[in-house]
Amino acid sequence: MSTSEATAARLELRGIRKSYPSIVANDHVDLTVEPGQIHAVLGENGAGKSTLMKIIYGVVKPDAGDIRWENGSVTIANPAHARRLGIGMVFQHFSLFETLTAAENIALGLPGRSDLTDLSQRIIALSERYGLPIEPARSIYSMSVGERQRVEIVRALLQNPKLLIMDEPTSVLAPQAVETLFETLRRLAREGCSILYISHKLDEIKALCTAATVLRGGKVVGVCDPRRETASDLARMMIGKDIPACQNSQTTSTPEACLTVRSLSIKSDDPFGTDLKDINFTLRSGEIIGIAGISGNGQRELMAALSGETPVADASAISLAGTRIGSLGPRQRRKLGMGFVPEERLGRGAVPSLPLSDNTLLTANGKPMVQLGMIQPTQIKALADNCIATYDVKCAGTNAGAKSLSGGNLQKFIVGREILQRPSVLLISQPTWGVDIGAAAFIRQSLIDLRNAGAGVLVVSEELDELFEICASIAVIARGRLSPFKRASETSVAEIGLAMTGQWPAETYPPEVAGEHAH
Amino acid sequence: MLINFVPRAAPSRAMQYASPLLAVALMMVLGFILCIAVGRNPLTTFYVFTISPVSTLYGFGELLIKAAPLVLIAMGLAIGFQSNIWNIGAEGQLTMGAICAGGLALHYASGDNGFALPAMIVAGAGGGMLWAAIPAFLRSRFNASEILVSLMLNYVAQLLLSYLVYGPWRDPQGFNFPQSRPLPPDALYPILLGDTRLNAGVLIALAAVLLGWLLMKRSFIGFQLKVTGLAEPAARYAGFSTKRAIWFGMLAGGLAAGLAGVGEVAGPLGQLFPTASRGYGYAAIIVAFLGRLNPVGILIAGLFMSLLYLGGEAAQIELNLPSAVTGLFQGTLLFFLLAIDVLVNFRIVVSPARPLRETVS
Repeated sequence: MSTSEATAARLELRGIRKSYPSIVANDHVDLTVEPGQIHAVLGENGAGKSTLMKIIYGVVKPDAGDIRWENGSVTIANPAHARRLGIGMVFQHFSLFETLTAAENIALGLPGRSDLTDLSQRIIALSERYGLPIEPARSIYSMSVGERQRVEIVRALLQNPKLLIMDEPTSVLAPQAVETLFETLRRLAREGCSILYISHKLDEIKALCTAATVLRGGKVVGVCDPRRETASDLARMMIGKDIPACQNSQTTSTPEACLTVRSLSIKSDDPFGTDLKDINFTLRSGEIIGIAGISGNGQRELMAALSGETPVADASAISLAGTRIGSLGPRQRRKLGMGFVPEERLGRGAVPSLPLSDNTLLTANGKPMVQLGMIQPTQIKALADNCIATYDVKCAGTNAGAKSLSGGNLQKFIVGREILQRPSVLLISQPTWGVDIGAAAFIRQSLIDLRNAGAGVLVVSEELDELFEICASIAVIARGRLSPFKRASETSVAEIGLAMTGQWPAETYPPEVAGEHAH
Repeated sequence: MLINFVPRAAPSRAMQYASPLLAVALMMVLGFILCIAVGRNPLTTFYVFTISPVSTLYGFGELLIKAAPLVLIAMGLAIGFQSNIWNIGAEGQLTMGAICAGGLALHYASGDNGFALPAMIVAGAGGGMLWAAIPAFLRSRFNASEILVSLMLNYVAQLLLSYLVYGPWRDPQGFNFPQSRPLPPDALYPILLGDTRLNAGVLIALAAVLLGWLLMKRSFIGFQLKVTGLAEPAARYAGFSTKRAIWFGMLAGGLAAGLAGVGEVAGPLGQLFPTASRGYGYAAIIVAFLGRLNPVGILIAGLFMSLLYLGGEAAQIELNLPSAVTGLFQGTLLFFLLAIDVLVNFRIVVSPARPLRETVS
C-alpha cells in the first residue's frame, strides 16, 4: 500500500470497531481515501462493508476508532452532519417517496425550504452536466429503477459533496447503463470528488477504481490497486480461497415438456405492481432455463402465478406435464411435483423465529411428515438432518432458528429442502442473491445436479453471469412481457442487456426482438 | 445515568417464562402499597385474598368452577391469538352460548330427558360459533377489523339476553324478578363432589386443554395457524390459507366461549339472568397471555385468575373492600405483563455517561 504523507487524505479511518449482539461487523478497520480517488470497498455479503459506510455517513456510531476528515478529527453525529461535512451517499435500497415528484423528493433532503421551480432548474442543469437525465416534475412511481437511481445521485450531488458513497449501484442497472454511470463517476473524480464504491463485482472494480480496500469477516485483509490485480487475485483476497467452479456438463434436454405456460396474462393487484401480458414458454425435463431482467418488471408476479400464490382464473394457462394447474394453490401444485424457492429467504422461504425442523415442515408436509393431520416429529427431524448434512448447512442443528443462519446457509437449507422432495419442476428466484461465493457455487451445482437427475429448472435472476453459467436458454422479462428464449450459446450479455433496456422506449420491445428471433 | 433498551440477538426464553411470574409479583407489590394507602393490614389482605378462599372443600370447588370457563375460553382464544386473530368477543359468544343452551332447556327439557344436556352443549357451542362467525366473515370478506366487530357484538349479545330475561323468558312465578324459570334437573351438569358445586363442566375445560395441546403442538392445522401468525408471506408461500386461519381462529374461540356459556347456565347459575358472565370473556384474554398461549400455562393462569375472583369476593365480605378490587388487580396484572414482555426482546443496559445511541435517519 502507498501512503503519501505529503497530500492530506480526504478521509482517514483508524481502528474502527463496531459490534452487534451476535457479530463483530467491523474489527479495527483502517481506510484512507485520497481527493479525487475512486476507492473500492470490496467484500462478500456480511464482510462489514455496509456497516463501515453507515459509520462514515453518520447512521451508525462506531464503538471505537478515529475518523479524520481532511486532517481534522471528527465525530459524525448523524447523516445531516455528514452532509454538512460534504459526504453524500446513494443507498442500495432507495429512500424515495413513490407518490412525490423527483424535485419534491430532492427538496425533502435539502436543509430548509426550497423553491421548487428554482430547484428544478438546478436539477436540470446538474443532470445535464453529468449526463444524468431526469425530469424533476415526474412522480417517482412512474420511474424505472435506473431513473430512480439518477434521482438519488442528483440529490447527493446537489450538496456539492467532496466524498460520494455508492453502495452496490450497478445491482439495479442494465449492462449498458453501467458504463454511463461509470462515465459520470469518472467525471466527478476528475473534478476532485472522492468516491467510495462498494461492490462485490470484480470486473467493475477493475474497470473503474484506482484503489481498493478488501474486507473479510469485518477485517481489512488487503489494500491494492485493482487495475494491477487479476480478477481471481481479488477474489482470492475477498473470500480467502479460490473461487469454486461448477461442473456443468451439457446434457441434451428431452423433448418432454414438464411446464407449459400459454397466454398467461394477469392484472396486478398492487397499484405499483406489474401486469403480466401474454406470457408463453415451455420448460422441458432435464434443462435449466433462465429469465433475466431488471427487478420490478414482473418477476415477482410471474413467480407468484407459477407457484400458485396467485392462482390464475384460466386453469389451462399453466400446465404441469399435461395437467392443467392454473387454478390450483401452492400445496396442490407441490403434490403434483413442483418445488419453489422464493427470492426473500427470511420471512417467506422460511419463518425467521421457527427452528429448522419446523421450517422443513413448511413445505415438506406430505406423508410421512404428516399423517392423519398429525405432525410426525421424528420423520421431520430426519428430513431436516438429511437436508443439513447433504447441503452442508452450517447451523447449530435442527433446533436452530432460521434467522440465526447466514444468508448463504439459509439459502442452502431452503434449496435443499425443495430438492429433497424430488420435484419434477423447480422454480427458483434469485438463487444466489446476497449469498457468499462459496455457497453460490454450491447452490448452482445443486441446480445442475437436479437437472441431470431429469428435472426441469426455471431460474429468475438479475445476475447475467449466473444465467449464462447454468442456463441452456435465456429470455428477458421487461414491463410484464417475456421475450422468446434464446440458446445461451447463441446470445451474448450485450444482446440480453439490450433487451433489458428495451423496456424504456417500451414500444420497440419486445415486438422487435420477437420478430427478429422468432423460430 | 442512562437506561437503554438494547435489542437481544434472540428472544429470551427464560424471560418468556419469568415474565408472568414477575407480573404477578409486581401486582402483589402494588396490592401491598394500596393496602397500606387505604389503611388495611397488607398481610391480612393477602391471607384473605389467597388462602382463605380455598381453605375449605367448598371453596376449592368454587375455585375449579370459576377456573373452568376461564381456562376453556382462554384455550379457544389462544388458538386464534397465535395466528394473529384477535377475538375480543368471547364475552358475547359466551352469552350467546348461554342463550341458546338455556332457551333449549327452558322449552324442551322435561325433567328426565337424557338428551337434554347433550343437545344444550351442541346448541351452546353452535350459538358461540355463530356469534364468532360474524366477525370472521366480515374480516375474511371485507377485511373489517375482527377486534372491533367482535367487541361490539358483546353488547348486542348482552342486550339480547336482557331483552329475553326481562321479556318473553321471564319466570311467571319469579315475583317479577328479571330471571328465567330454573332449569329442570336433566338440563344441569351432574355434581362431581358432594358438598360443593363442582360439576362435570370442569371436565370439559380439562378436555379442552388436552385437545388444545394436541391441536397447537402436534397437529398440522395448528402448525399452519402458527406460521400464519408468525410470517404471513411464508404462509402464503407454503399455501396455507389465511382465510381459513381467520375462520378457524375465530370459530375455536366461539366454540370454547359458547361451551363456557353452557357451563354457566347448566352449572352454577341454573337459570338465565340478565348477565350470564362475570367478565370471564374478558378475563380469559388475560389468562391466555398470562399462560403464554400455552395449554399448561393457561391451566395454571386460569386457576390463578379464578383465585383473584374468589379473593375479591372474600375481600368484599371480610374486609369491606369494594368489588372493583378484582378488576383492578386483573387490569394491573395485564399491564405489568405487557410492560415486562418488552424484556423478552430487549435487555436493559445502564450506561453511566455516554448514551449508546444509534441514530437511524
